[in-house]
Amino acid sequence: MPEFITEWLNQNEIFTAMTMMEYWDGLVSTVQLVFLSLVIGLVLAIPLAIMRTSKNHFVSGPVWIFTYVFRGTPLLIQLYIIYYGIAQIPGIQDTFWWDIFKEPFYPALLAFVLNTAAYTTEIIRGAIVATPNGEIEAAKAYGMNWFMRMRRIILPSAARRAVQAYSNEVIFMLHSSAIASVVTIVDLTGAARNIYSRFYAPFDAFIAVALIYMALTFLLVFLFRKLENHLLRHQRPAGSS
Amino acid sequence: MKKLFVAASCALAMAAGTVQAKDWKEVRIAFDVPYAPFEYKDENGELTGFEVELAEAMCEQMKADCEFVIQAWDGMIPGLLARKFDAIMSSMSITPERAERVLFSEPYYNTPGGWFGRTDFNTDVTDMEAMKGKTVGVQRGTTMDTYVTEEMADVVTIKRYTTADDMVLDLEGQRLDVVFVDYPVGEQTILSKEGFKEVGEPVKLGEGVGVAMRQRDKDLAGKVNAALKKLKNDGTYDTIMQKYFSYDIKM
Repeated sequence: MPEFITEWLNQNEIFTAMTMMEYWDGLVSTVQLVFLSLVIGLVLAIPLAIMRTSKNHFVSGPVWIFTYVFRGTPLLIQLYIIYYGIAQIPGIQDTFWWDIFKEPFYPALLAFVLNTAAYTTEIIRGAIVATPNGEIEAAKAYGMNWFMRMRRIILPSAARRAVQAYSNEVIFMLHSSAIASVVTIVDLTGAARNIYSRFYAPFDAFIAVALIYMALTFLLVFLFRKLENHLLRHQRPAGSS
Repeated sequence: MKKLFVAASCALAMAAGTVQAKDWKEVRIAFDVPYAPFEYKDENGELTGFEVELAEAMCEQMKADCEFVIQAWDGMIPGLLARKFDAIMSSMSITPERAERVLFSEPYYNTPGGWFGRTDFNTDVTDMEAMKGKTVGVQRGTTMDTYVTEEMADVVTIKRYTTADDMVLDLEGQRLDVVFVDYPVGEQTILSKEGFKEVGEPVKLGEGVGVAMRQRDKDLAGKVNAALKKLKNDGTYDTIMQKYFSYDIKM
């Protein structure tokens, strides 16, 4: 941070350069955590959603159980179970797993990934099921096999229907990530709690962090509108740009 | 004439209201339980502990009718400022940051911060070279947190917890190497378990613990200070202290 900004900030009572750096570090870990869990969650959710639509119960059943367990329990409980539960497994501290699960970041990432994968699976599944029969019949008439139908017709068509519901999931995930602070991760909320307890100024600390979350949400909303426009450009009236 | 009468009675009512608010015949005091042995509920569900007994003696001294309120730590100062109660006697350490928001009485006790670790922990906590790379747990916003943040932030990784229970769980699970916590809390929650020990000398921190009140209630602070001084001098304080502690916390 340049010297003159530091000096200017240090005139503040609460929002000093140190406080700002704490919020910045919090922003970085929130964005990392949410971005990684959404990407991994989405990658997991696409095959899971296809499995979930399978007529074979041995394929769709386990996915059904997975989504019901993770959608049926609060994320906070899942995080507690993964974070504190893993540390209670006898002997875990001597295995290489401990290098991963010792830090709070990976248990939190695991909980977030599983949670968002469950919700995203159901969103994509809904979109796949809603594919118009005509599209599938036309693809069959062209002689496309299952894989090609999936890749060229069903998934792109489902993506268009899923994108609006998925943008909500992304925003919910950003807001749910606030609970990462209970397992000692200093994310945005963790930074706000530290600052609150240092200055006993709940309004200042939490309103500042609320504004940051809001700015992030607006950014996401904006990006998803661009994406929607891109995916649904064929539905626009002819002549409009 | 009638208007004058109404106005006069309004003024009188207001004056009476202020007088009543200022004579402190009724004081509401907040505690955060459980924080044994300072304030906790005994097996009958009765509120008791060092600070509770001290508060009872103090109220008797002030000839005030006291009501005890249970309030979680996070909402302590906001609750006081929102007039949910008039005083906090819940082991609140006097710090400059807090003193900007509340009015503190003279300190009435001071406990040191203690270092606790697993029995295999053999590092000298005052040796900054040896402590390099260690992970230290503290309770968020405590004087121990401030101390570690100011003295050791470049040397160790600091993890901040809301409750002592979560912190002890992570010490047990080997996520933390050592914790720095209010000595009585460590004695109660860590030393009572197998496999832990005190590491290093307890460190006296801060200006001690005081009764926190609203800035404007200077008259209440005066009464509280007078009562506490009386109790410290006439032996009542020592009697209560010896009931709960084997070491000296008087201040």
